[in-house]
Amino acid sequence: MSDAGAMPVLEARDISIRFGGVEALKRVSLHLMPGEVLALAGDNGAGKSTLIKILSGVYHADAGELCFDGRAMQLRDPQDARAQGIETIYQDLALADNLDVGSNIFLGREPTRRKLGFQVIDRPRMAQVAREVLERLDIVIPSRKLGGPVKMLSGGQRQAIAIGRAIYWNARVLIMDEPTAALGVPEQRKVMALIGSLKAQGVAVMLISHNLHDIFAVSDRIVVLRRGEVAGERQVPHTNGDEIVRLMVGDTWANGAR
Amino acid sequence: MNDKRLDRLALVSKVWPWLFLGALLVFFEVWARISAHRSFIFNAYNLQSIGLAASAPLLLAIGQTFVIVTAGIDLSVGFVMGLAAVCVAQFTIPGGGSPWVLVLSIPLTILVCLIPGFVNGVLIARLGVPAFIGTLGMYGVARGAGFLAAGSGMTVAVDNAGLAWLGQGWTPVVLTAVLLAFMHFVLSQTKFGQYTYAIGGNPQSAVRAGINVRRHLFAIYLIAAAFAAIGGIVYTARFAAGAANAGEPMLLDSIAAVVIGGASLFGGTGTVIGTLIGSLIIAVIEFGLVFIDVNAFWQFIVVGVVIIVSVLIDQYKDRLGGAQ
Repeated sequence: MSDAGAMPVLEARDISIRFGGVEALKRVSLHLMPGEVLALAGDNGAGKSTLIKILSGVYHADAGELCFDGRAMQLRDPQDARAQGIETIYQDLALADNLDVGSNIFLGREPTRRKLGFQVIDRPRMAQVAREVLERLDIVIPSRKLGGPVKMLSGGQRQAIAIGRAIYWNARVLIMDEPTAALGVPEQRKVMALIGSLKAQGVAVMLISHNLHDIFAVSDRIVVLRRGEVAGERQVPHTNGDEIVRLMVGDTWANGAR
Repeated sequence: MNDKRLDRLALVSKVWPWLFLGALLVFFEVWARISAHRSFIFNAYNLQSIGLAASAPLLLAIGQTFVIVTAGIDLSVGFVMGLAAVCVAQFTIPGGGSPWVLVLSIPLTILVCLIPGFVNGVLIARLGVPAFIGTLGMYGVARGAGFLAAGSGMTVAVDNAGLAWLGQGWTPVVLTAVLLAFMHFVLSQTKFGQYTYAIGGNPQSAVRAGINVRRHLFAIYLIAAAFAAIGGIVYTARFAAGAANAGEPMLLDSIAAVVIGGASLFGGTGTVIGTLIGSLIIAVIEFGLVFIDVNAFWQFIVVGVVIIVSVLIDQYKDRLGGAQ
């Protein structure tokens, strides 16, 4: 869906960052189109996490620039990124386990109404939105569990809530760090299907995964990082697992293994 | 474990404090009818005694509920209450018997008692000291300050008409009930309450959701200290004397009330209404055992067993939840 001519929703140009003596990222550039799923692949220590932390406002790049909708963008902190429409879903989900689905979707941004002169949380509205968001993502959670703490739900359902929270707040870019790492196989499939439906709704998804099978199942394009540099970029229909692995570990290693 | 059985267990763990309170009342009622041909419950004196016995630790327990929901604990509230009891007496005495002096002495007392709350806030929210240790330090500081403020004796007598009114009859019970209703509203209906639960559930997610966790924890330790101060003022009003150790037995009662009421010490759960039920259970056991002529020391044993049972129910519930 990366139709040429359209404007990238998110673009990173020549991003570099150092931690002490280590150059974690060296002039990394990539872009993300609306409705596109871009996979970020790479071995451990290749710089994937560092890059997404820059894109979500956690780290600040030493050099290079970020563009959102073609305009240069400065991210002071993660809140800043979320305000722009860049939501990041971390491996550990960041849900409050003791709260219900609606409370988690609205955490920190609760709707209120006036009651007896006080601002009270509008729980009926939160429950209503929770149902709508889950419906939009085609997630079935029994209604009696909807009002209970999310720790009673499965890993996949919880992952879905984290995704639902991001899309409810109109995320235009969704960065997912190993979204299936902690899940069982049927739940991994469900999350992969969710990514597909987000893409259909025009959300740009950046997927970080170790699992080449997942990457090939949902992505349109793959950017491979190796030792802080872009080792290559491939369209999914025109590549295969062997080539991606070769890019990840480097030619010498791949050849040496044969 | 099927869903229906899990639902039923969740329900039992939610309503058991109510059932237990009801069972206690029925037990003492039947006992009173059989042994003395009178009523336990339908007796204004008994009700007022239970109300008064419940309201003193309950004032501390209201603040403690907020603290425990955030996965903290405040060990200093007992001696902050004692400090308040002494301070309000000392500040009221120079004004003689005029009720007007209370306009000054009560706010001043609360202000003094907010200092330990403030220090707790700095230690826990700013410096990351574990709540148990930070408030244990303030437990000692408030204890020493209370006895120093009391001077040579341990208690400071005060004779003031306004203060006496505040402590007579049902007034402390009504005051506690009003504060309880308000704090129940805050915890269950407002953003402040919602964030209290969120911090107790997962402080990381609260931070990522843009909640100012530090400021919130700060506010909560101030609230706990303010309620301890009110508890001390009510104590001095009731007994026309402030004692530095007034709150000593109240500290553990306040924690017990919160835990029996269904809160987990790991944070994230608990309600003000649950705490009310917990305090009533403790007060009914204490008063009821004396009422049926059981040696008063048995009340400690019974309350201790009730605390253990309520924690076991809480753990059992959590294990079921986690196993799913």
